[in-house]
Amino acid sequence: MTESLTLTVNDVDYPVNIDMGRNLLGVLRNEIGLTGTKEGCDDSECGACMVLLDGQPVNSCSYLAVQAEGRSVSTVEGVMPADGLHPLQRILLEEGGVQCGFCTPGMIMSANGLLERNPSPSEEEIRIGLSGNLCRCTGYAKILAAVARTASEA
Amino acid sequence: MSFTIAQTLDEALAALTAGARPIAGGTDLVVGARQGKAPLPTSLVAIDRLNELALLESTDDGIRVGAGITHARLMNDPMILSDYTALADGAALVGSPSTRNLGTIGGNVMNASPAMDTGAPLMVLGAVVEIQSAQGSRVVELSELWTGPGQTTAAADELCVAIALPPRPAMSGSAYVRLEYRRAMEIAVVGAAASVTLAEDGTISTGSVALSAVAPTIIEVEGASALVAGKTPDDAAAVIGAAASDVAAPISDVRASDGYRRHTVGVMAARAMKAAARRASGEMIGVPVNRAIGVGATL
Repeated sequence: MTESLTLTVNDVDYPVNIDMGRNLLGVLRNEIGLTGTKEGCDDSECGACMVLLDGQPVNSCSYLAVQAEGRSVSTVEGVMPADGLHPLQRILLEEGGVQCGFCTPGMIMSANGLLERNPSPSEEEIRIGLSGNLCRCTGYAKILAAVARTASEA
Repeated sequence: MSFTIAQTLDEALAALTAGARPIAGGTDLVVGARQGKAPLPTSLVAIDRLNELALLESTDDGIRVGAGITHARLMNDPMILSDYTALADGAALVGSPSTRNLGTIGGNVMNASPAMDTGAPLMVLGAVVEIQSAQGSRVVELSELWTGPGQTTAAADELCVAIALPPRPAMSGSAYVRLEYRRAMEIAVVGAAASVTLAEDGTISTGSVALSAVAPTIIEVEGASALVAGKTPDDAAAVIGAAASDVAAPISDVRASDGYRRHTVGVMAARAMKAAARRASGEMIGVPVNRAIGVGATL
């Protein structure tokens, strides 16, 4: 039996008809067509699927889409302004914080969630804020530097 | 298959009576289902929007923490940080920011993992659990609630609605320390919580200690108070460390051998005792204790 509901993603309402057991990640990617959010481990370990739910980072792979009804979902597609890159996106590129790029959408969502609550985080607070996101390429230092620079330049 | 979002506690309890299972953050339930550990229940009632479960308040008998309070809220709440610090330590170690934003104290308690990070803190702080069903409510001691890994004495139609904690005496402190191989998305290899009250002269007057991941449930070190009474924090830590290793009955698994667990739970219990005593004396030690003292640091 499927459920009919409306999901609000990046301030746009999407009517969907889905099975109760579907995760938010799969619905975002396959029903709504927003493929910026990635599937890594499908187990809440890696953070590639991170979205903001009412402003707070959440692993969309392990969250039922039906639970998001009436809540505000933000994905990486909603981060980029019409006229170029979000400052964090630009600075991640400048600092070399992007290599293969697979973790980047999740990193951006965790970092934005952190900076929204805490505009001037310490290095330790940035580390904790990104502690649910794995990166196999960069060694993290450049990502941490990019988030710190984004905060200081805001 | 059916899914409803309960708007009131009564609605949620009625759904449980009709056979639905509750879901709050879903951080255990959904991951477990996707890993194939247990299929998703065919009927779910979401309890994450119930105002009745979202209160964290002072009462005449201490504090009452609604079952829907998230780990993120617990680890940042001034009252928890100052008076029930071990609980803030435990909440701050759960999963990642994402897990802590969704995961709730009620879910953690009723999931009944022997490795849960809020369980040992709740035990040393003297918590009791308020359970409710459409038929009525009851209050359960933690030691009467947990019966094994993932097993509780609660019936299928009963919902944990709150955790009640008694007031803290003056000159009291508490801490939870766990052994971990990494800092995020980690499950305790072993863990220990301690709560102490100091006498005027800085020796320990009363104390309690509970252990994670060394038995089928969280266990308390019986007789801990008698072991530590009248001792300095350092002497108490040594005695408690040995007692903790004695009562541990751990398994060997992918995370650690039973022998390693038995040894390290004593180390964690000693560190928890020292940190609790330092906090009781008024010293500010950050939350969680693990990060405040650094990985592998002695305390």
